[in-house]
Amino acid sequence: MADGKRRKVGRSEGGSTTPGGPSNRPLVQPSHDFRVVGKALRKVDATAKVLGVTKFADDLSLPRMLYCKLLRSPHPHARIVRIDAARALTLPGVKAVLTGKDLPIPFGILPVSQDEHALALDKARFVGDPVAGVAAVSEEVATAALDLIAVEYEPLRPIRDHLDAVEHPEPRIHDYGDHGNLHKLINLEFGDVEAGFAEAELVREDLLFFEGNTHLPMEQHAAVAEWSPDGKLTLWSSTQTPHYVHRALAKVLELPPARVRVIATTNGGAFGGKSDPFSHEIVVAKLAMLTGRPVKITLTREEVFYCHRGRHPTLMWVKTGVKKDGAITAMHFKSLLDGGGYGSYGVASTYYTGALQTVTHHVPRYKFQGARAFTNKPPCGPKRGHGTPQPRFALEVHFDKIAEQLGIDPADFRLKHLVPPHSLTANWLRIGSMGLAECIRKVVAGSGWKERYRKLPYGQGVGLACSSYITGAGLPIYWNAMPHSGVQLKCDRGGGVTVFCGSTEIGQGSDSVLAIIVAEVLGLDPFDIAVVAADTDLTPVDLGSYSSRVTLMTGNAAIQAAERARDLIARHAAPKLEAPVERITFVGGRVFDAASPERGISFAEAVQLAEAAAGTVGTVGSYTPAAGAGKYRGAGVGPSPAYSYSACVALVDVDPATGIVRVPKIWIAHDVGRSINAAAVMGQIEGSIYMGLGEALMEEMAYRGNRNVVHKIPSLLEYKSPTTLEMCDVITYVVEDPDPNGPFGAKECGQGPLLPVPPAVANAVYDAVGVRIDEVPITPEKVFKALRRKEKGEEPRFGPLGFPDLPWPEPTRVAPPWEGGDGRAGEGGRGREKAVGVTAGRRR
Amino acid sequence: MRPDSKAKIAFELNGEPVEVAFAPHKTLLEVLREDLALTGTKHGCELGECGTCTVLLDGAPVLSCLVLGLACERRRVKTVEGLAQGSRLHPLQEAFAALGAAQCGYCTPAFLLTADALLADNPSPNRDDIKQALSGNLCRCTGYIKIYEAVELAAARLRGEKAEPARESLYGRR
Repeated sequence: MADGKRRKVGRSEGGSTTPGGPSNRPLVQPSHDFRVVGKALRKVDATAKVLGVTKFADDLSLPRMLYCKLLRSPHPHARIVRIDAARALTLPGVKAVLTGKDLPIPFGILPVSQDEHALALDKARFVGDPVAGVAAVSEEVATAALDLIAVEYEPLRPIRDHLDAVEHPEPRIHDYGDHGNLHKLINLEFGDVEAGFAEAELVREDLLFFEGNTHLPMEQHAAVAEWSPDGKLTLWSSTQTPHYVHRALAKVLELPPARVRVIATTNGGAFGGKSDPFSHEIVVAKLAMLTGRPVKITLTREEVFYCHRGRHPTLMWVKTGVKKDGAITAMHFKSLLDGGGYGSYGVASTYYTGALQTVTHHVPRYKFQGARAFTNKPPCGPKRGHGTPQPRFALEVHFDKIAEQLGIDPADFRLKHLVPPHSLTANWLRIGSMGLAECIRKVVAGSGWKERYRKLPYGQGVGLACSSYITGAGLPIYWNAMPHSGVQLKCDRGGGVTVFCGSTEIGQGSDSVLAIIVAEVLGLDPFDIAVVAADTDLTPVDLGSYSSRVTLMTGNAAIQAAERARDLIARHAAPKLEAPVERITFVGGRVFDAASPERGISFAEAVQLAEAAAGTVGTVGSYTPAAGAGKYRGAGVGPSPAYSYSACVALVDVDPATGIVRVPKIWIAHDVGRSINAAAVMGQIEGSIYMGLGEALMEEMAYRGNRNVVHKIPSLLEYKSPTTLEMCDVITYVVEDPDPNGPFGAKECGQGPLLPVPPAVANAVYDAVGVRIDEVPITPEKVFKALRRKEKGEEPRFGPLGFPDLPWPEPTRVAPPWEGGDGRAGEGGRGREKAVGVTAGRRR
Repeated sequence: MRPDSKAKIAFELNGEPVEVAFAPHKTLLEVLREDLALTGTKHGCELGECGTCTVLLDGAPVLSCLVLGLACERRRVKTVEGLAQGSRLHPLQEAFAALGAAQCGYCTPAFLLTADALLADNPSPNRDDIKQALSGNLCRCTGYIKIYEAVELAAARLRGEKAEPARESLYGRR
């Protein structure tokens, strides 16, 4: 069965709303039924944003407010011998100073990486690591006070990057981790890859590198804390994850969670960079508690670079065996991530560099080895695409080379051997709808691929790449059996509806998704719906705006809450309308009998009937994804209720004299399942292309490796990002292959379309000038060097030359579904290793 | 004047005369946000790099983080709060909202004002004119495309044409 007989899975295995909820809703409704969903709608917050009245965190100002500044380490790796803040406290206007010992409880986003302190306790781990915090009457006084804090450091040898970390297990940056300065080592094997390579007619190996880059949201992180003498803390913060900040504050400050309120202000861009609980949030909270006054901090742009949590620099090696027709027989993938000074999401990021290789093209046997190093740089974490743009870059460039060796057009290569819809992959990911073939056909036709590929004049080229991304992580960050998203709904006797949800608006349109979905179910206009979001006192928990989870998870919760309200109102409107309850219809602000639509009442009157009969009209809805199919250690990363798909063609212009690459145009097709708001889908896709283009051509976190590991360019001017003059034209094709798990079939569109851009550009550069740039960003000097090598008859390539030997643990062996496994580790699912961690106990 | 004593100036702000006292070292950005409570003007770096704090000074786009408040004595300042026409949105605001040219909305005030200055100079800009005019403003959400389309739509409407967004720009190709 090693030839990859694919196991089909049923259509109804994903996700559940709360038990007892209406279960009879058709999972996917035909589009002609929709009145609101799928239209290009103005976002519910658009008017406030164009008026400039939206309140971002730094726009908040409270009476008697103090200002906080953080003292940051000038050393990349140093023991803190002594801190003396006495002089700072004597400066007029200084109200409080905090150091590490004032906040000794560690925190971190992942339960397995509680390795951060709000202020460095005994050690600084990167240039910019916060070591002290000051509250004063003005920013000027707080800044002046920082100079009066005396810190004695004992510098330690810094670990510069992932290779340095492999070579130098000592001095250890942290006293935990799998090996020396290697934070995490993963070894997973799904079937016998060596046997697969033996069956192959071509086996190819490639080495690639993806440089780190950062989110660069236009809004600098800011937070305001207020403490009430009755023991209640309120924090307003530009965070994507108010729920996790809530947990971290309660833990570090030792406050009952019920006395902590976190309000996520509308984020001025986030992209993953505001997903961790941060030092500055905890410090202002503690300073507010100490001083009894509100305390605010707004990071400088330089400090935003130190917060980072961006794309991990990743070295990758990939080996794939294929038959002559392009069928993959086996794949072995290795990644080594440069993690920076703390854990952050890094363990998950590392798993993600190996998780989604199997979801576009059928891989019957798959082996993944991943490692993350601690280094003395700002911590890396989740950036748009979290851990998957790097391997996708490697894979799609690798596939381009394989297709060339096989003499198959890369577009034809990618149309073959696609993962079938509603199937399981070798690593036990459950695929739902799968519109990749349609995506490939759209961009191939639209770009004139067949007329252009290998046919353009020297210096011009086209490249193609595909990708896929999760629509929400299948598991929560900390183990619990509760819903991932909750929605409360209140129907007013005036006909208004308020929807309460913990989801966080970061510009992606989550508030509008809530309003649109509730309006669709209740037959209202989205502007009849008031949205209250992201306030831990007022709204049910939503885990946060990360992993492209919000539209699917809050969307399903909102559908459940709205359907419960609809059913309640219908039951009490039916007698008045003298119609059976199942014929009661909600459209256009009216409630009527479907058999005689002219006989109806207003929605407000219907709510009044329900309120008179049953009391206050309020409902709840919630959503929990189904358990993943894999039961092995590590199976928690990769499962998702649905996978989006993208295909991309890039047109490039390469100047052989300078190596400068310009991208005039990109064609992108994205399978979004179903558009909830068509205009927002376009914005997410175009924005993803933009960010992918920046990563492909110019964005990089650069450090002076030999000079104390200082960030070279912590400014918006020197960190190059595309302006209007670099941004390409984009032709967007929206493909809708509804997924049974999505709300009305919807899948994600905010991250996936970024992924194919870097490899499409790299492949196009090869088509243009015949050199392989196996490393992003594809800067002029790399292209120029590769062209010089080509002229000299050397390998026409720029990229990494080796992958170090690592102390891999024994592999966790899991039989793929078609080899008779049950998703557990151990040959044939005999249970040599029991399922552990977050997946334990979740077997269906 | 003592260094910590406040300066007081008068200028025209969004069409109305205003007097304001502030610490003399403050930038126009700080005076607007902190002393006049007009927080519609945003900041991304306070170093003149990102364009996010753009306002119009005597009709021309300036980076308010690089202009001293004192330099605005008796001059005309326009911020995003001065764009709407009474209770109606300015055609640029209307087009930005309709097309989704504002995602997170943080850079939006600066783009609106830069575009406002462009259209005052050139009522019929082509796509390259728009790119040049907006090249000093960074946006991380939109990829700029919806912003170009919104400026083009607003320009057409300001010229008195009955323009609507193209179906393709709202729905893509299908």
